[in-house]
Amino acid sequence: MDLILVNLIDGLVTGLLLFMLSAGLTLIFSMMGVLNFAHASFYMLGAYFAYQISIYLGFWMGLLIAPLVVGVLGAGVERYGLRRVHQYGHVPELIFTFGLALLIEELVQFIWGKNAMPYEAPESLQFTAFSIAGNSIPAFKVFMIFTSVLIFIGLLYVLTRTRVGMIIQAALSYPRTVEALGHNVPLIFMGVFGVGTALAGVAGVIAGPVLSTFPGMAFVLGSIVFVTIVIGGLGSLWGALVASLLIGWITTFAKAYNLRMEDLLTTLGFTKPEPIWDSAWRDLWTLTSPQIADILPYILMVLILIFRPYGLFGKRDA
Amino acid sequence: MTEDFATDPTKPAQRLRAGSLTIPLIPWLIAGALVIVMPLFFQANSAITIMNQMAITIIFALAYNMLLGQGGMLSFGHAVYMGVGGFATVHIMNMSDFFAMLPLPVMPIFGGLVGMVLAMIVGSFSTRSAGTVFAMISLGVGELIAACSVIIVVFFGGEEGISGDRTYGLPFFGIEFLQQIEVYYLIAFWLMVSAALMYLFSRTPVGRMANAVRDNPERAEFLGYSARWVRFYSFVASGFFAGIAGALFAINYEILTEENLNLTTSGLILLVTFLGGAGFFFGPVLGAIVFTLVQTVLSLETELWGFYAGILFVATVMYFPGGLAGLIMMHVPALRLGKAGRLIVPYLKTLIPGLFTVLGASALIEMIFHYRHAAVGDDEMTLFWTSFDSHSALPWIVAIAVTVVGFWLTKKTAPDMAAAWHDANSPDGGAA
Repeated sequence: MDLILVNLIDGLVTGLLLFMLSAGLTLIFSMMGVLNFAHASFYMLGAYFAYQISIYLGFWMGLLIAPLVVGVLGAGVERYGLRRVHQYGHVPELIFTFGLALLIEELVQFIWGKNAMPYEAPESLQFTAFSIAGNSIPAFKVFMIFTSVLIFIGLLYVLTRTRVGMIIQAALSYPRTVEALGHNVPLIFMGVFGVGTALAGVAGVIAGPVLSTFPGMAFVLGSIVFVTIVIGGLGSLWGALVASLLIGWITTFAKAYNLRMEDLLTTLGFTKPEPIWDSAWRDLWTLTSPQIADILPYILMVLILIFRPYGLFGKRDA
Repeated sequence: MTEDFATDPTKPAQRLRAGSLTIPLIPWLIAGALVIVMPLFFQANSAITIMNQMAITIIFALAYNMLLGQGGMLSFGHAVYMGVGGFATVHIMNMSDFFAMLPLPVMPIFGGLVGMVLAMIVGSFSTRSAGTVFAMISLGVGELIAACSVIIVVFFGGEEGISGDRTYGLPFFGIEFLQQIEVYYLIAFWLMVSAALMYLFSRTPVGRMANAVRDNPERAEFLGYSARWVRFYSFVASGFFAGIAGALFAINYEILTEENLNLTTSGLILLVTFLGGAGFFFGPVLGAIVFTLVQTVLSLETELWGFYAGILFVATVMYFPGGLAGLIMMHVPALRLGKAGRLIVPYLKTLIPGLFTVLGASALIEMIFHYRHAAVGDDEMTLFWTSFDSHSALPWIVAIAVTVVGFWLTKKTAPDMAAAWHDANSPDGGAA
């Protein structure tokens, strides 16, 4: 029972982190109809910028400044890159963001080198918040949970309760009409793109100390973020939340509990072939849940796409 | 969703009658002759290795372009079909009794069939829509299979991959494929056969419909074609040829690992195809040749070659979405008007300073990289065949000067080039 609680918290941290990325991505998608392949790269940039700032000004200034820089950079990419490519159609747009992801990874390696950076949580958060049955929960994790929940509530409030949010929502569905009403829709698009990438930057700032800051960090998380928003339904904020938490918990639990295929197969009435290392089915028999934890999201995605192609919360066909 | 890659009216493909299964003989004969005589000029083993690599990449890129260019489907996981085809081929090579009855040159058929079956399975659900959804599914499936490679050890061999020996097959007219050059001709044969087949495929009604579905799926549906099945056929055919490329990879390298399946390989083929130009049949061929050469040369010279490739790729998407082939074909109207000669001087005037700008900028990049990352005390670096101290001021001044002056000259002459371009493309005595 205690272990379940600990895993619930761990899964929540992973899930919320994932959500901060997928929220921005899904917003950008519903806006421009293009998936930003480089989204996870902005997350990586957030971590690196925050590390660089934290050397001089400390962690908290990093948390404040790095997302802003990332957001401005993101807005610049939209203004000078995507908008240009937009005229060629969706596929070149996707290809552009894919190339951008490659380029940012190379750029990070160029500036900071290939090794992980010693980016760490601030001293003021390096204590144990509380412990459950001997498993200590570090304060930084609690801080991560609070930050992401706060951001989610803030985002929801801005999108649904303020005038700006209303205009954004309207611009998502009827850009022409909104433009005719005298709003600067390209500016709105640029703003949303900037905010989305800034969110990814925040995720990077607070994930960097935990998941380590290295040039492959975008690659590790990148495809999972796509899986998340496909499962949640392209363009759905709630779907992104549910899918992120789902993936966070599934992978955490699969890693924590060593479920073995052998037990399952024996329960189903199969007999284990002897000797096992000679059998063609040996991989199936020796399969354990920690082994497949990382590919579970992909399996989930393929299943979702087969049985419910528009995702958990998506509208019919993206 | 409206797709993508607007059809270019200057494209020769458009003028032929749909479904006419003819091959324009001259370019193909030239290509075939080149493929045959190339090893006579480049006899070194390393050169033949590069050419083998090139030929395999060409087949793969052409197969990929059946999706990207001709079908308007962007796949982020196409390495999987090549990889699985290759893995299956190695497994067949390791079935000693069965393999001993087969000559090596038929092996690509098996690789192709395996790739095709996999494409049929995945395509059954992924081709329902094109565009973003298709791209996402291809990414997910690609990652899934790549991740499986460490889990399903029986088939993928885990971390170290699986290896085989091509020489155990039935000798083919006395050839046992011990030598690199024999393998080259095997690959070259399959290169010509598959390229011709892929070209012919693009001329069949199915291939033409693939173009129609790419440009306007809704309209194609109104004509009575199922966009989904048209996509499915292209996808399966593409899987087949990717599998052939995989089998050739297996024959050439005799080892396959997780690297043949992962996103990096899939991304690379997208890069190759797009750089070459997805809008033309010969684009991917060009892309594969140029990219393999650049990769081989640059990766020997600099650690940063991935950085340059990234910049080149992004610049291509932003400014030359037609790729290399598109750039070449842009000049066809001027050639037709017989005014292409007028372009040469303005081109030289602009592009030579442009080249110097690029070289100067890359020198700066290399020097910054050396300054930041070289071991402490290691101040000497070699660039463009000259050695100098990267911590002294002079090389920096030279590099900056070259870059700035080059850029200034490029910018200054660019309007002339644009004017010459306009002049060369407007018929004499016209309104222009």
